[in-house]
Amino acid sequence: MTATEILWQNVRPLFDALPVTLEVLGLLLVVGLTLGTVLAFAQAYGRRPLRALCVGYEQLFRGIPPLVVILLFWNGITPALGVPVPGIVVAALALGMRSAAYQSQIFRGAIQAVPPGQMMAARSLGMSRIQAIRSVIVPQAFRLAIPPWANEYSSVVKDTAFICVIGGLIDLTRQALMKLAPLSMRRPIGTQLILPYLIILGLFYLALTYGGNGLLSLLERRLSIPGFEMKGKVER
Amino acid sequence: MPAERESRLGDVILRVEDLHKRYGKDEVLKGVTFELRRGETKVVIGPSGTGKSTLLRCINQLSVPDKGRVWLEDVEITHARTNINHVRAQIGFVFQDFNLFNHLNALQNVSIGLLKVRKMPKEAALARASEELARVGLAEKACSYPAELSGGQKQRVSIARALAMDPKLILFDEPTSALDPELIGEVLEVMIQLARGGMTMIVVSHEMGFARAVADRIIFMEGGGILEEGTPAELFTCPRCERTGQFLRKITELYGETDGQ
Repeated sequence: MTATEILWQNVRPLFDALPVTLEVLGLLLVVGLTLGTVLAFAQAYGRRPLRALCVGYEQLFRGIPPLVVILLFWNGITPALGVPVPGIVVAALALGMRSAAYQSQIFRGAIQAVPPGQMMAARSLGMSRIQAIRSVIVPQAFRLAIPPWANEYSSVVKDTAFICVIGGLIDLTRQALMKLAPLSMRRPIGTQLILPYLIILGLFYLALTYGGNGLLSLLERRLSIPGFEMKGKVER
Repeated sequence: MPAERESRLGDVILRVEDLHKRYGKDEVLKGVTFELRRGETKVVIGPSGTGKSTLLRCINQLSVPDKGRVWLEDVEITHARTNINHVRAQIGFVFQDFNLFNHLNALQNVSIGLLKVRKMPKEAALARASEELARVGLAEKACSYPAELSGGQKQRVSIARALAMDPKLILFDEPTSALDPELIGEVLEVMIQLARGGMTMIVVSHEMGFARAVADRIIFMEGGGILEEGTPAELFTCPRCERTGQFLRKITELYGETDGQ
């Protein structure tokens, strides 16, 4: 077998593992987005005790490494529940709840970046608070949130590599880890292939972050409005 | 002229009774009482920090007064059971810094109240909004966003936004104070037209030319209360309070009164 053939033999399983990573990524984004939005509104418009609760949540999840959160959920909490929970769900919940802590900060910041006069003008027309939030605050906050949210997206794509510690869940990184030992035993050609193999693994993640960010900047451009385009740009 | 003005004024549309408002230790309004008649243009003047803007905000409850009552016709706005959104929809408010909705173009800014508050069908709302934009001379700016408009244009759009709701009265909170001097005229012109067209309005302003030209009555406020109220002729020629005269002389010196005609 040529080096290329051996390499391909090991790379192809990465494609089989890709859906697992994608599924966890998709689910964790949904969890993070939903919970993050709720937390952001609670902090921006909620009463003091509720706000304090949200701040506590954020500090908790932002202070623990993602790998530890996953271990905590998978090896600590799930067994204690006594009911079997699929690894994919645990992975998405662990990383999603962690991401919610970051996303809520992004959304809260975006909501608070909308000038207070906007709410006042909306109320002066006779809109209720809810109406004003829906038709005036959210459309503006949403646009302001896209660039920082793109950062968070890149960050969680990379966090998904940590789910390899969940037993039975064969994601990209887990799959690659499983191939390393057999490769290193195929001397000398196999050992030389480890570096290119890991580079290819990196490229998988790079494609996910890059592709996602491309879609997000497309969205940003589609929604762009004069006066909102300066965010994230620096005067040169 | 004043007699002629008096005669076109209708019944009392707004009654403000003993309004008090305190921010922390600061008592900004110390019992303000006045009446506004249908078709009247009332200009509120006075040194800064005397509660003029707070007074306007307390009228439509953007700030909730600590004490005192406000009636719009026979509805007590300050009553706990009054639907404040319903009342606000009948009172236009023009802000010093415009507060146009930044994510909407001029036409959408003017129509949003009709769509969301009045629940008007989209086409009717847009047609009405176009009319109001034309009325302030900005028909061709319908698709421009606030960031693309000059200050004077923004303020005219915001006046159109208030007008579209068919308000019973409009409150203007220093509508020209944030504008470059050369842009003040276009806004005042719109306001003068409104006043002469019989719109009921309360205008907080330092534009003495405007006050002289169209005010039916001028209120002079200082230290959270009304010091004096009268027709422009009364206040400009023989004010009852020494302070009013002093203030008017100073403000005329500072701003002149070339604008407004």
